[in-house]
Amino acid sequence: MTTPLRIGFIPLVDAAALIVAVDKGFAATEGLDVTLVREVSWSNVRDKLNIGLFDAAHLLAPVAIASSLGLGHVRVPIAAPFNLGLNGNAITVSPALYAALMEEIDGDRFEPLATARALARVVAKRKRSGADPLTFGMTFPFSTHNYQLRFWMAAGGVDPDEDVQLVVLPPPYMVDSLANGHIDAFCVGAPWNSIAVDLGIGHILHFVADILLSAVEKVLAVRQNWSEKHPDVVTALVRAHLRAAEFIEEPANRPEVTRILAEPERIGVDASVIQRTLDGRLKISSDGTMRDSRRYLLVGREGAARPDPVQAAWLYAQMVRWGQTPYRPDALKAAMAVFRPDLYDAAAGPSATVASAVGAFAGPPFDPNDVLGHLAAFRIGRWQP
Amino acid sequence: MSAESSPKIVIVDESPIRAAILEEGLREAGYTGVVRISEMQSLLSRIYAVDPDIIVIDLENPSRDVLEQMFQVSRAVRRPIAMFVDQSDAASIQASVEAGVSAYIVDGLKKERIKPILDLCVSRFNAFAKLQDELDRTKHALEERKVIDRAKGILMKMKGLTEEEAYVLMRSTAMREKKKIGEIAQSILTASELLK
Repeated sequence: MTTPLRIGFIPLVDAAALIVAVDKGFAATEGLDVTLVREVSWSNVRDKLNIGLFDAAHLLAPVAIASSLGLGHVRVPIAAPFNLGLNGNAITVSPALYAALMEEIDGDRFEPLATARALARVVAKRKRSGADPLTFGMTFPFSTHNYQLRFWMAAGGVDPDEDVQLVVLPPPYMVDSLANGHIDAFCVGAPWNSIAVDLGIGHILHFVADILLSAVEKVLAVRQNWSEKHPDVVTALVRAHLRAAEFIEEPANRPEVTRILAEPERIGVDASVIQRTLDGRLKISSDGTMRDSRRYLLVGREGAARPDPVQAAWLYAQMVRWGQTPYRPDALKAAMAVFRPDLYDAAAGPSATVASAVGAFAGPPFDPNDVLGHLAAFRIGRWQP
Repeated sequence: MSAESSPKIVIVDESPIRAAILEEGLREAGYTGVVRISEMQSLLSRIYAVDPDIIVIDLENPSRDVLEQMFQVSRAVRRPIAMFVDQSDAASIQASVEAGVSAYIVDGLKKERIKPILDLCVSRFNAFAKLQDELDRTKHALEERKVIDRAKGILMKMKGLTEEEAYVLMRSTAMREKKKIGEIAQSILTASELLK
């Protein structure tokens, strides 16, 4: 018997496992008849999952947590049994901001602390000359992009709420907004950074892996009560996605994978752009400078697909740090309970590889047992002790 | 309706026709303070300038995520805004998502005042979708008509048939093969292209 499922996704490279699971038949092998529905906004994905129009979804990890806690919206508990991607974002700046940063930089331009301090000096200079504050684009209030931008600039002494403007922009509008000067920089996932570089209007300043060694990005999300009613379907889903992730990570399959993903009704961008993302070999400047990173985007490699509740705790800590919610021990617990390694293990079997810790470039190592103590180590933030 | 009881409504929709239909419906129902925004650049600052009580947005609009930023505590927000969700009424949420429309309201606005507005939006959105559907079908029928006419022409020329005979031949073939006459006509066009 096959189970019909509707799964929503946003056309980004980290939807790869979802798309390959369907288009390579891994989902069908597990008895799942999946219809993928391409969506235009995270709000839509969240709402359609919440009310049951979708059975599962490609979701920003912080949205899964916010939805479970009822932050910014109705409370619908979510279960995340599979990480669709770790890392994968980048910070891209306009050529003008890049030049200004390079003029101020003291140290290695790939060191996030050096660039963040340079940013602080650029911000101070603009303030003195009466220029408008710099504007940074990101994708959603509850997004990794929001927290990654904030974490990076705050480490250099820039207060993201006071010194610059952070605005939400839909990813497809990001590049245009950078080109026409509405924003000076953005943090977004693939393929948009590469597209800005190819158009000669942006310079990739950082891969997210520079800022956080391992940052859970998108999860496969289902409603918690649905997962309880359909444990076998959840197991089948995880198994199909494990096989898809394995297939994607095998370099020999890259031409086929990129061809599948590039289809217009899937991600719908040039296969070569997708290839660069999966290879972790990106053109970072219109002058052709390339940069490699094994950790640019991880789809299941090195234990990346296994949900880690510590990652959920880190994301919750960011929500607290930036004043999106006051700290509550029970909310921390609820946030951690969204990430379900047990559901993953039920499908994958006990795993030997444990994904590496968050590994932020600044501040003390993250301790989920002392979130407030951890936050106290950071000078800039909006949290209430 | 007095200004007091007529909330300020902003319609965010990239489809100007649908936005106009919606505005008309709202005005007919006595809601006078309606502003349409179809340009998505600097959407937030436009909304802040209007300072609406209710924002209606189509779900196919990627800028929905931009509106979600307004839920956040931020210096830019004058009045807190939240998505209209009546948790006691799942059916109305479902109806609105299925119709493809969503509403955001200023915190504190009474449910009884919003419900009729949202219901009106849902029915106008559905009416628009129906119209769009009919238009698409008419367009499709016109296209099919053209294909059939061209296929008829080919049959008349190649087999020396009259127009009537050519049509009857296509129709009987369609019935025999359990296909639509448009499909048969299209295969005739394709075949004649190939045999050129």
